[in-house]
Amino acid sequence: MEGLKETQPPNGFSRRSFIQGVSVGSGAAGALLATPEAEAAGGDVVGPGAVSMTLRINGRNHSLEAEPRVTLLDALRDRLDMTGAKKVCDRATCGACTVMVDGQAVYACTMLAIEAEGREIRTIESLSANDPVPRNFVKHDAQQCGFCTPGFVMACQAFLENNPNPSQADVEAGLSGNICRCGTYVGVRLAALDAAKEVKGGRRRGY
Amino acid sequence: MEAFEYAAPNSVKEAVGLLSSNWGEADVLAGGTDLLSLLKEGVHTPKRVVSLKNVSGLKGVSASRIGATATIAELLGSSSVPAAVRQAAEGITSPQMRAMGTVGGELLQRPRCWYFRNGYGLLGKDAKGKSLAPNGENQYHAIIGNKGPAYFVSASSLAPALIALEATVTVTGPDGEDEMPLEKLFQTPSSDSQRENTLQPNQVLTGINLPGGGARSATYEVRQRQLMDWPLASASVALKMSGDTVESARVVLGHVAPTPWRSSDAESALAGKAVSEDTAMAAAKAALSAATPLSRNKHKVQLARVAVKRAILRAAG
Repeated sequence: MEGLKETQPPNGFSRRSFIQGVSVGSGAAGALLATPEAEAAGGDVVGPGAVSMTLRINGRNHSLEAEPRVTLLDALRDRLDMTGAKKVCDRATCGACTVMVDGQAVYACTMLAIEAEGREIRTIESLSANDPVPRNFVKHDAQQCGFCTPGFVMACQAFLENNPNPSQADVEAGLSGNICRCGTYVGVRLAALDAAKEVKGGRRRGY
Repeated sequence: MEAFEYAAPNSVKEAVGLLSSNWGEADVLAGGTDLLSLLKEGVHTPKRVVSLKNVSGLKGVSASRIGATATIAELLGSSSVPAAVRQAAEGITSPQMRAMGTVGGELLQRPRCWYFRNGYGLLGKDAKGKSLAPNGENQYHAIIGNKGPAYFVSASSLAPALIALEATVTVTGPDGEDEMPLEKLFQTPSSDSQRENTLQPNQVLTGINLPGGGARSATYEVRQRQLMDWPLASASVALKMSGDTVESARVVLGHVAPTPWRSSDAESALAGKAVSEDTAMAAAKAALSAATPLSRNKHKVQLARVAVKRAILRAAG
């Protein structure tokens, strides 16, 4: 079944075997260097079978083969072993899949991977536990089950980089694209306001 | 999601050439916020998806023109956007959706009707051809212009505001470019072969033109949830004033009919009057005088009245 084969990571690693303390971006997937494969150049019709594409994620190029219908979220999770972004609603309404594209928070479930070619993608794998947003999420206990947390953290990171000095109302509006079923919003709000003091000035991290 | 071919041409002309003259065979992809849901649910099963991401001429926002692939966030980032459009754009779901979704896609998003979204067709009929909405779960359906066979509501929040401001749109197809009032982009389908807009399957919406003209404008939305949802009813108003008197008004309701719904009754009720609570209420009542609510959406009539009244008062400032 071609469909089943499609879900296997191209590098032969299974997700479960890929337990490492380091950022996935510097792991096996990252070692596959970008090849100058023919991208979907202007007007050329590609697919419906797998297409070679190169995604720039966390400052590194990643080459993969995927059908045009594969979403950025599925490419990250199933092909590149970057499982930080979570698949929950898969319909752009919960925020668990939030990543940054060209500096803005987007729902990775609702962008085709092939559409993300040529853009700067940033995932939660680019952050360390000591960065302001994750650290303040821990400090304010802004998670319970934790499944929405990576999406919330990336939404918060994008929001603070674009809005360095937010009010509480700004935070509430700016993080309104993410839902937490455990109801940890109070902690998230405090974490965002505290992290804002440290991210101030819109400092962009150099991966 | 069914597999499809994909192309990302560099020009509108190429894009048009890659589309089909029949609906259902190819889809245009801009922000994807609506299309990807339609693809995942199998409501759309195109053989080909044509992305506009490489067509640079469709981007950008100025005082007189909004590119079809300008995002909602870019629209909100422009200082030249009229108040009614800004207020409508601010209500669009979430920061992520505003970063991804485009103005053209917002205008052309398919209806939210759950019969349509669950595979019963745009007109929401059962296997015997009977319309499901009139005696079904119609609490979010149309209260005006709902004599059938269409009962869904137009999903666009920007269209009422842009129509109030007399916007035109440019579309490009095999026969070249055409410009028309935005109102003419929308239609109430009378059969299964029609859509809720008048675009041909191989036409691409390229931009929105704003004539300017100094009308005072506003949008007011009535919502169940403040965020991550569509309004239950909305109204956009543009007033041309002569001192304290309304010289002429344009009043357009959203989310109440299968198209953005312009109310000439409300417009005449305002003409020649000074704006007050009373004149705004009179115009609101006039706007809904032709309402024919379905079994479960009578409440929307009052919500739409409130939207019209508050939009008028907001525009008059």
